[in-house]
Amino acid sequence: MQQKEQLRQFIASNLIVFEDEADLKDDDNIFQLGYVNSLFAMKLLNYIESEFDVKIETEEMDIKNFSSINNIMALLDKKLGVKE
Amino acid sequence: MSNIVAGLKDDVANITFDIQKVRQFVNEEIRPITSEFDKNQQIPETLISKLAGQGYLASNFPTDFGGLGLDPLQYGQLTEEIGRVSPAVRSVLTVHCSLVGESIMRWGSEQQKNTFLPKMASGEKLAAFALSEPSVGSDAGSIATSYVKVDNGFVINGKKKWITMGARANLLLVIATSEGRVSAFLVDSNTVGVERHQIMDMMAGRAAYTAEISFEDVFVPDENLLGNEGGGFTYVVNTALDHGRYSIAWAGLAVAQEALHAMVKYARKRKQFGTGIHNHQLVQEMISNAVVNVEAARALCVKAAKLRAEQHEDATIHTTIAKQFASKTANTVASDALQIHGANGFTSEFIVEQLFREAKVFEVIEGSTQILHQVIARHGLTTFHK
Repeated sequence: MQQKEQLRQFIASNLIVFEDEADLKDDDNIFQLGYVNSLFAMKLLNYIESEFDVKIETEEMDIKNFSSINNIMALLDKKLGVKE
Repeated sequence: MSNIVAGLKDDVANITFDIQKVRQFVNEEIRPITSEFDKNQQIPETLISKLAGQGYLASNFPTDFGGLGLDPLQYGQLTEEIGRVSPAVRSVLTVHCSLVGESIMRWGSEQQKNTFLPKMASGEKLAAFALSEPSVGSDAGSIATSYVKVDNGFVINGKKKWITMGARANLLLVIATSEGRVSAFLVDSNTVGVERHQIMDMMAGRAAYTAEISFEDVFVPDENLLGNEGGGFTYVVNTALDHGRYSIAWAGLAVAQEALHAMVKYARKRKQFGTGIHNHQLVQEMISNAVVNVEAARALCVKAAKLRAEQHEDATIHTTIAKQFASKTANTVASDALQIHGANGFTSEFIVEQLFREAKVFEVIEGSTQILHQVIARHGLTTFHK
C-alpha cells in the first residue's frame, strides 16, 4: 500500500496537465488520457528500477505494464514476488 | 567474453581520458584538414580509423565492450573539443556513440551487445539512426516506414530521409511501424533492398553523409529486433533522442565557444577609425554577450552531465534545457562573430562562415527549438506553481 501511494505521488508530481484537469484514478491510462507524455515513460522506468530496486526486463517493456497505477503495481508485485 | 572483446579491452586499457590529449589529437589530426571535409563532402577514412584507434568511437561504451567508459561529463567534453573543430566528425559521435550506441547499451540483449558494440568500437561498424522520413520530422510517432512479421524475422518497407551518416554507416538503427506498434531494428546497410543516396550541397553538415535511404522488402532476422516489439518509440526512440539531445547540447556549446574565440581574435587584430575595433563599445557588447552566454550554456551542460551521472529523474528535462539554450547560443554567438568579421566573415578563409552555417542545424535536430520550448514550458507550468 505504501508503494502504491509512493508511486501515485511520483506520477502526480509529473503530470503535464494541471491538477484540476486530472483526477488520477488507479485504473486511468495515464498516457492515453494525456496526463503524461512519452518522455515520462523513460523517467517512470528509471524511477521504478531505482526506487523499488528491480530490473525491468526487455520482454516486460510493454507500455501496457506502465499505463496505469494498477498495472504498474501488478508488475511490481510480480517482480518483487519473484525476488523474494 | 569473446576474443574480439578481450583484445579491444586490452587495447583501451592504457588509454586514460585526458582532455589535453584530446585537444592535441584534434589540433594535429583534425584541424589541419577540416576545411577539406566540406569541399569533398566526406570525412577521410584514415581519420575514422584514427578516431577508433583513440577509442573515441566507443568513448561512452563500457571498457568490457572496447570502450573508454567515459562518464557523461567527460563524454560531453570530448564532444565539445571535436565539435569546435569539425561538426562533421562530431556528428559521428552523436549518431554512432549517442543515438545508436546508447540505445544498444540500454535495450540490447547480451548477444546484441556482444555482437555490435565491439565492432562499433573498432570502427568495423559505423552506425546511423534512421527515424526521420520525407514527411515525418518532429511528429516521430507518425512514421510510415512499415514492417511485417515473417518466419525468422521481419520485412521492412519505406523511406527515411535526413539520416546523418546514413550514406557512410553500415549499421542502421531503423524505426518502423506495424499496425500501430513501433519497433526498432538493427539493419546491415548492405542487406538486399537497402538503397542510399547522400544529400549533397547542404547548408550544413556537408561532410556528415546525410542520406535518403529506401527499404524495399528488406529482411531483418529476429535477433536484430532491438528491445521489445512495440517498444520502439516509447523506449528506444526516447532513449536515443535523449542521448542525442545531450550530445547536441555540447555540440552547440562547442560552436559557441569556437565562435567566441574567433570574434575575440579578430576584434583584437582588426583596426578601423584608427583604433582596434575591440575598443568600440558596441563590439564589446557582442563580446560581453558571447562570454556570458557561453558560460551559461556550459553551466547548463555540466549540470545535465552531473544529473545524468547520478541517473537523476530530472536528467532528461535538464538535458532538454541545456540543448535548447546551447543551440540558441551557438546561433547568436556565431551570428555576432560573423558581424564582427564584416565582409571577411562571408569567406571560407575565416571559420565564422562555417560556424554560422553549422549552428543553425542545432535548432532543428534532436527536437526543434520550438518543440523543446513546449516541453520546457510544460515542465515549468507543472513545476513552479507551488
